[in-house]
Amino acid sequence: MPEIRNYTLNFGPQHPAAHGVLRLVLELDGEVIQRADPHIGLLHRATEKLAESKTFMQSVPYMDRLDYVSMMANEHGYVLAIEKLLGVDVPVRAQYIRVMFDEITRILNHLLWLGAHALDVGAMTVFLYAFREREDLMDCYEAVSGARMHAAYYRPGGVYRDLPDAMPKYEAQISRNARAMAEMNQARHGSLLDFIEDFTARFPKCVDDYETLLTDNRIWKQRTVGIGVVSPERALALGFTGPMIRGSGIEWDLRKKQPYEVYAHLNFDIPVGRNGDCYDRYLVRIEEMRQSNSIVRQCVEWLRSNPGPVITANHKVAPPSRVDMKSNMEELIHHFKLFTEGMHVPEGEAYAAVEAPKGEFGIYLISDGANKPYRLKIRAPGFAHLAALNEMSRGHMLADAVAIIGTQDIVFGEIDR
Amino acid sequence: MTDWLLSAAQGTFGQVWGPVVYQTVLNLVLIVAIIVPLMLGVAYLTLWERKLIGWMQIRIGPNRVGPGGLLQPVADGLKLFLKEIILPAKANKGLYVLAPVMALMPALAAWAVIPFAPDVVLADVNAGLLYLLALTSLGVYGVIIAGWASNSKYAFLGAMRSAAQMVSYELAMGFALVVVLMVSGSLNLSDIVEGQGKGRFAAMGWTLLSWNWLPLLPMLVVYFISGVAETNRAPFDVVEGESEIVAGHMIEYSGMSFALFFLAEYMNMWLIAALTVLMFFGGWQAPVAVAPFTWLPPIGWLLIKMFFVVSLFLWIRATFPRYRYDQIMRLGWKIFIPVTLVWIVVVGVWMQTPWSIW
Repeated sequence: MPEIRNYTLNFGPQHPAAHGVLRLVLELDGEVIQRADPHIGLLHRATEKLAESKTFMQSVPYMDRLDYVSMMANEHGYVLAIEKLLGVDVPVRAQYIRVMFDEITRILNHLLWLGAHALDVGAMTVFLYAFREREDLMDCYEAVSGARMHAAYYRPGGVYRDLPDAMPKYEAQISRNARAMAEMNQARHGSLLDFIEDFTARFPKCVDDYETLLTDNRIWKQRTVGIGVVSPERALALGFTGPMIRGSGIEWDLRKKQPYEVYAHLNFDIPVGRNGDCYDRYLVRIEEMRQSNSIVRQCVEWLRSNPGPVITANHKVAPPSRVDMKSNMEELIHHFKLFTEGMHVPEGEAYAAVEAPKGEFGIYLISDGANKPYRLKIRAPGFAHLAALNEMSRGHMLADAVAIIGTQDIVFGEIDR
Repeated sequence: MTDWLLSAAQGTFGQVWGPVVYQTVLNLVLIVAIIVPLMLGVAYLTLWERKLIGWMQIRIGPNRVGPGGLLQPVADGLKLFLKEIILPAKANKGLYVLAPVMALMPALAAWAVIPFAPDVVLADVNAGLLYLLALTSLGVYGVIIAGWASNSKYAFLGAMRSAAQMVSYELAMGFALVVVLMVSGSLNLSDIVEGQGKGRFAAMGWTLLSWNWLPLLPMLVVYFISGVAETNRAPFDVVEGESEIVAGHMIEYSGMSFALFFLAEYMNMWLIAALTVLMFFGGWQAPVAVAPFTWLPPIGWLLIKMFFVVSLFLWIRATFPRYRYDQIMRLGWKIFIPVTLVWIVVVGVWMQTPWSIW
């Protein structure tokens, strides 16, 4: 009798469900996965090493490119670490702006995740619905920083500038008539805060829309319930964070457990799952979108009534205003020193972490007192999640592996760094 | 006209060969008359699919080639024609070339017995339904051979999935059709359609309510879903499973060899739509036998109904996630086949009672 052997399947790096450049070597028994071996490193850009040869400020845009669907959350982790070493005070308004954009980023990330996950499982339409709302949030990024994705908006000591009073509007196109243009620009006549408030008002309805397509759908449930189950103990042991650990029923969220910025003053809930399967993680993320929406709304309210500075007045860290620079010798020198030599961060080491949409995004920073980091280490949440892929997908079928990659919300920018 | 042509043929080719030549030429002309509109239908179904799904997904869909995108299928066809057909080095060359043909051929041949209107049919075969069942079963060979000949693991997985899936749904589909032929008492498709025009409601003018869909509703559901599975359309498209096995059996094909699979898939969609309409929705009959409805020629009604069924395929595709392979098997074997078997008995008993409506 011939011997029956398992066979290996090379899944990726050019595979529509590989979320970028995941190369997965699957050992299959028929369609059942015996072993999943993720190969990483195809998107390695040496961010940590590059940071050692750049001033502290110049590395901010590199943070955007780590997890390129939750850009500002990464910047936040980085500037928090620098601020910890510097010991500067961040104005409260800047903290609110950062929290607001962190939550906008969370919605951005979860929308992309939802669309991509549903697409992996075969539901096309959610993807396009989710991108409709993403477009509006991207416009918020654009309004505040000029860039739709890689914002580079946070600075050590605050944010680059205050929220703008006007939203960019759509310009006339041949393919749209005046009425359509007016409709598209309807919410854009006020300030950025008006636009965001309008978004928070209509967004819960949009989430309901996504849910009608998926939450009670029999096929969606068959594809996700009981798939990739992780017990709470294993989730802890594997170093899960974010929705991955909350899906397993552990209420761990840095925004509540180690509140940074103004999260302690904001009112929101932490959704947790029960069974630790793909469906629970789906529900957790859907609820997180609603919670983030409410946080954004609270921030908008506060920001409306509390004007003030958005970056620290310490000119060793943050540049002085243009007016002061033109009229004052001292400020001109500060400006020149800051943009040529950069800031000097006191000797020491610090670890700062934020609750990024995917989990705990941490920066471990060692400074030797120079104008560049001595060493920068990035703790990317996706790395720990991907490491559990083998355990999560063993015994499932090939199609489930795709669902599990989707539920882990993997982005290779941060895993390969 | 036909008599004159026949006598002209006899004059030219003699008494023996004349009718043979006449019949051959006539059939060829009729085949072309069916295939050409069919090909156009397939081409424009691709456009309609992209448009309709586009609208459902708040997009516009193709609108660049020609007015409103109407020439998009032509551009697509041209592109596929000009592309190189790649033969993988380790493929089984003969089978690799044969497979697309094997997929397309039954999809085309099945149209021979489809009646488009009363007496408008290429071959009015009495075993028409059997012929159809036989031919639609042949379609799976194209897929299996393609998967085997490509010598690729993805293609092979796709072929294995398709073999299992198509064979299982063939059963449910066959049983659903058995119920139809029980109530019609005929395997001839024209007779099946005619049979639906009789009954109490049809006599009152409400032909709509006499069609098979109402008394055989569970069978219609089973048949239609099996039809979706049979054509490998979403949510049963595990054979292609773009996010799992990346187009499955078609993964190594390119250019026209790929296009043939594509043509076969869309032609099968039209075929399943036509069969659904013929078996359950009264074929070419008008829904209500009163003035404005009867003005449309019978073939018009058939095409309208087919169009709606095909659009239903697209709507389903835009809505549902994809089943997993084993879940499809479970649905087929544990739900559809028992349901159809029970319904065969139910209808059989019903027909023996005085309340039989057939």
